[in-house]
Amino acid sequence: MPKLRLLPLLLVTGLLGGCNMVVMNPSGDVAAQQRDLILIATGLMLVVIIPVMVMTVLFAFRYRASNTEAPYDPEWDHSTQIELAVWAVPLLIIIALGAFTWAGTHLLDPYRPLGRIDHQTPIAEEHEPLEVQVVALDWKWLFILPEYGVASVNELAAPVDRPITFKLTSTSVMNAFYIPAMAGMIYTMPGMETTLHGVINKPGEYEGFSANYSGAGFSKMRFAFHGTDEAGFDAWIEKARSSEAVLDRETYLALERPSEGNPVQLYSQADADLFPLIVNMCVQPGMMCMSEMAAIDRQGGLGLAGIHNTLPLTAALSDRKAQPVFGAAPSYVAAICTEDEAIAGYDAANDAELRDRFASLSGFGLLAAAQPPEITPATAPNMTPLPSRAAAAPHDNL
Amino acid sequence: MAVTTPVPVSPIFGRLTLEALPIHEPILVVTFAVVALGAAALLGALTYFRLWGYLWREWFTSVDHKKIGIMYMVLGIVMLLRGFADAVMMRLQQAIAFGGSEGYLPAHHYDQIFTAHGVIMIFFVAMPVVTGLMNYLVPLQIGARDVSFPFLNNFSFWMTTGGAVIVMASLFVGEFAQTGWLAFPPLSGLDASPYVGVDYYIWGLQVAGVGTTLSGINLLVTIIKMRAPGMSLMKMPVFTWTALCTNVLIVASFPVLTAVLVLLSLDRYVGMNFFTNDFGGNAMMYVNLIWIWGHPEVYILILPMFGVFSEVVSTFSGKRLFGYTSMVYATVCITILSYLVWLHHFFTMGSGASVNSFFGITTMIISIPTGAKIFNWLFTMYRGRIHFELPMMWTVAFMLTFVIGGMTGVLLAVPPADFVLHNSLFLVAHFHNVIIGGVLFGMFAAINYWWPKAFGFKLNHSWGLVSFWCWVVGFWVAFAPVYILGLMGVTRRMRVFDDPDLQIWFIIAGFGAALIATGIATFLIQIGVSIWKRKEYAETTGDPWNGRTLEWATSSPPPAYNFAFTPLVHATDAWADMKARNYQRPLKGFAAIHMPSSTGAGVILAGLSTVIALALIWYIWWLAIVGFVGLIGYAIFHTFDYHRDYHIPADVVTRTEDARTAQISARLAPGAAE
Amino acid sequence: MSAASTPAAAAGEVRFHPETEPHHPEGSSTMLGFWIYLMSDCLIFAILFASFGVLGGNYAAGPGPKDLFELELVAVNTAMLLLSSITYGFAMLEMVKGRKTTTLVWLGVTGLFGLAFLCIEIYEFQHLIHIGAGPQRSAFLSAFFTLVGTHGLHVTFGLVWLVTLMVQVHRFGLIEANQRRLMCLSLFWHFLDVIWIGVFTFVYLLGMLQ
Repeated sequence: MPKLRLLPLLLVTGLLGGCNMVVMNPSGDVAAQQRDLILIATGLMLVVIIPVMVMTVLFAFRYRASNTEAPYDPEWDHSTQIELAVWAVPLLIIIALGAFTWAGTHLLDPYRPLGRIDHQTPIAEEHEPLEVQVVALDWKWLFILPEYGVASVNELAAPVDRPITFKLTSTSVMNAFYIPAMAGMIYTMPGMETTLHGVINKPGEYEGFSANYSGAGFSKMRFAFHGTDEAGFDAWIEKARSSEAVLDRETYLALERPSEGNPVQLYSQADADLFPLIVNMCVQPGMMCMSEMAAIDRQGGLGLAGIHNTLPLTAALSDRKAQPVFGAAPSYVAAICTEDEAIAGYDAANDAELRDRFASLSGFGLLAAAQPPEITPATAPNMTPLPSRAAAAPHDNL
Repeated sequence: MAVTTPVPVSPIFGRLTLEALPIHEPILVVTFAVVALGAAALLGALTYFRLWGYLWREWFTSVDHKKIGIMYMVLGIVMLLRGFADAVMMRLQQAIAFGGSEGYLPAHHYDQIFTAHGVIMIFFVAMPVVTGLMNYLVPLQIGARDVSFPFLNNFSFWMTTGGAVIVMASLFVGEFAQTGWLAFPPLSGLDASPYVGVDYYIWGLQVAGVGTTLSGINLLVTIIKMRAPGMSLMKMPVFTWTALCTNVLIVASFPVLTAVLVLLSLDRYVGMNFFTNDFGGNAMMYVNLIWIWGHPEVYILILPMFGVFSEVVSTFSGKRLFGYTSMVYATVCITILSYLVWLHHFFTMGSGASVNSFFGITTMIISIPTGAKIFNWLFTMYRGRIHFELPMMWTVAFMLTFVIGGMTGVLLAVPPADFVLHNSLFLVAHFHNVIIGGVLFGMFAAINYWWPKAFGFKLNHSWGLVSFWCWVVGFWVAFAPVYILGLMGVTRRMRVFDDPDLQIWFIIAGFGAALIATGIATFLIQIGVSIWKRKEYAETTGDPWNGRTLEWATSSPPPAYNFAFTPLVHATDAWADMKARNYQRPLKGFAAIHMPSSTGAGVILAGLSTVIALALIWYIWWLAIVGFVGLIGYAIFHTFDYHRDYHIPADVVTRTEDARTAQISARLAPGAAE
Repeated sequence: MSAASTPAAAAGEVRFHPETEPHHPEGSSTMLGFWIYLMSDCLIFAILFASFGVLGGNYAAGPGPKDLFELELVAVNTAMLLLSSITYGFAMLEMVKGRKTTTLVWLGVTGLFGLAFLCIEIYEFQHLIHIGAGPQRSAFLSAFFTLVGTHGLHVTFGLVWLVTLMVQVHRFGLIEANQRRLMCLSLFWHFLDVIWIGVFTFVYLLGMLQ
């Protein structure tokens, strides 16, 4: 048996030389540390696995029925020493692995700002992180760089050795944002915001994609990630700035509709409050933002008057809503306070300290508990959709 | 995807129209033609040979746990062919869809295939096989004559079959879900999946899930209440122990699946907001709830197989199982811990470092009892006399394969490693490594081991050997490349690829799949040849492997009543103990035996449930209402039948036992033994 | 190979079969099986309670518990269900004494209380839907309707079962099988009572206190 087993293994090793295992050979410090953990964990486990496999083959061979030389002890079924060893050795390994896991998980938590650029360079003052807002659309990626006011579809550039802070969300279904060369993945979910910190250390062309199946166009939901030097990054920003296209709410709503295999598109200008509006699912003027809804709910809702604070969701507003066979026509909750108030609520809720506790169980809605924004008491719900604000004032803290 | 107006629903046919038939998809038309021809030939043959009455009387309506167990196994193997066909189609698509080629499957079809593959392999292959084994073996191993609720057992089987029928129907009428096997919302919500696919998924699993839960309750009660006198818990065979823990897991996890699918259907049918994006819904709750069922589910599949390997190792090593007590405690530990690890399936949701570490470490802790089990099997082999019959070969292959799968599993439990490997082909390779290497290898070990008991003849060795090598080598050729692709950053469920470097690995994996196909084919040939030569392979001893547990104390196949006299148990390996102390089979004094009667109620109730489910999928409300009234009405009618048992007369028992005595003495008579 | 089937060997003094065959009369495991079923059903309710716990505060800027619940009505409702449990207890006492008619009478009273409970609940649901606070309005209402509605469905099935059993007791008398069935329904009925106390406390009372 072992001989035959070796053959495919040999073949595999021969082929392995020619392939690019990006997970084992990444270009970003976070992914490199994750790779190190894979190696440590594998090494620790091999301490048990290899002896087990060797013993299996050895015992199977030695105690075969035809070998009458070997001792035969049919009543032997207990040995305290062996039992102790077979429970204790795995236990010790798991204790060691558990310690690595605890430390590694906290150190490499995607929410934790980077502590270093690479294994030699700790983070210093001059390493101002690049913030990238990421939106997973059906089926393409939208990137907004608030610092530069530009945006792009299916392409992203970042300077090497500069920490990147990704703020991520999704429009309709769950996706996972993943650039294997840079750092591990993180889910993007509608109505919620997740965070990922990463850095790219070597210049190059990398692949990014969705790592969570999201429907028909999923396979082509890929983007190019350019790790460049400062000059290259500036050139990319300039290229974006020279684009004629502008990303405002209307362009975004058109972009949001399902499409696949989209070409790269750069936008010279992007609305500064677009991302918070997307997270809060209120890009469409007049829809109540999630943060506003959460704040209202915390105060006990809008009472009986709030029951009818909904408006029909017409095809013009969204073509991706279906009417359940026993349910009402699709509708949405109408906004009652201004968007500035709603966005203020979102900013207030964006308090990093609250994040770590049961984030996945509570979602954005409960996190908004940090500082409820001022809400005007709901005497009469405002039933009219608010006028569109094409160019909103940028917020200082975004 | 875009649906603004509700689908027109006709009062008679619901939303079922001619367009639901996939006549424009050549692959499906050909499949349908093949399946229809095969079915016609089968039905024709059954009619020609006048087998309907026999099947109905002796099998479909039987409440005999042995026949129900065999029917479960048949269901599992038939569905394995369907699930494997899906796998081959995926392998082919992924091997050719490179460099701008779209392959041969459009997204709509491909996405159904990987969803159906997962659903079928877990719910309609692994579950029936596991349930079938437990059904067949548990009463025999504990010295009982049947399970506690024989009618419920028959009903459970037909509900599982009903679920399989629903999933199979989706192949030719409408579509199946295109969501992945756990159907996470919002993708499985009405907005993203407005047509029937997800409804087929929901109702297929609901119907089968009822069967599974009831069968879990049934076997649990059986093990608690029906053990032979003297068989204390710590004298139970290890397989029965694993069955006990498995059924605890079933009873304590399947209701969660039922509940979460109800919530999803309420979202889809009534427009409620459990998992929607707006109106306060929370899709993450679905992911949590379904994995609270989903993780115990994988232990439901693997624990009984651990039991199988324990029985096989000790029988073929000719030795008592090493560390029985620690084996039992390990099983119980795994049972409890399996409820504390569900979040490791979605570390990347961003739950925070402390939550992730907690679930990562609990997951690693499970590897300790699992490791102890592996060592116990090893030390059972130590100082044994190992006969490498097929079951033992599958067991050794399992030990060598499963430890790798276990290792990659623990690796995935390290959250930072999971962040780069989650949803990748590495993950796919990992769970195939444990499910094929554990559950399927276990199934083959079990079939080769207990086949002589169930049918009275052994299985052909040489075809079994070919099948074994094709499976084991095929598995590694198919999945080693998948591990590597995962390390190359390739994600799962992809339909087309850009990077030409990947193609060679997919092609190798395709060859592996072809080897596995040969393994399946030779397994079927093995069964066919053995049935053909059943006289030659006849097994008349009742104990062909020098077994250690009570199922080997009775004849092969066992009589309807299993044991003419209930055994009295003194030791863990009851039958080995009886043999060691020169047990003599009683030859007279047989009494009438009280047995449950056959009933068609299970078929009828499960059939009605299936009709209701299909009606609900297609919005045919009148049919759903009629079916529901019929179901309740028939169930009530059934409760008016108070006489559901009969006695096998003493002379019939005597005749059966005398025949066996004659068989044994013929074998021992001089000149008869070759 | 099988030494045991060799008639030559003599049996020692150890017995390998009990002197009397163990008897597993039909229904001897029913109560245990039914208990386990109830526990699995309890798990379904646990999931529904958990969903309510997660989603119970998500009003989608609509009405909350204080705006919708009328505690007086729910109190009456609770009383109906608790009384039905007591009367079921009386029915069981009569059953033990072997009095068929009084058993049937108490079962009938139980059914009437159960029916009253259901009617009040249907009235409440109908009222909520009428004012627009249906299960579609918010996740809180979805979770509320599903939890309370599932309990209501259980009570409905309990009633169908109760009527069936009354017919069976009437026709076949208090035979052993019927006694066992009455015991099972008794467990089921009290179980629904316990669940309802959870609903009343967790959904209604806590909702009003928030």
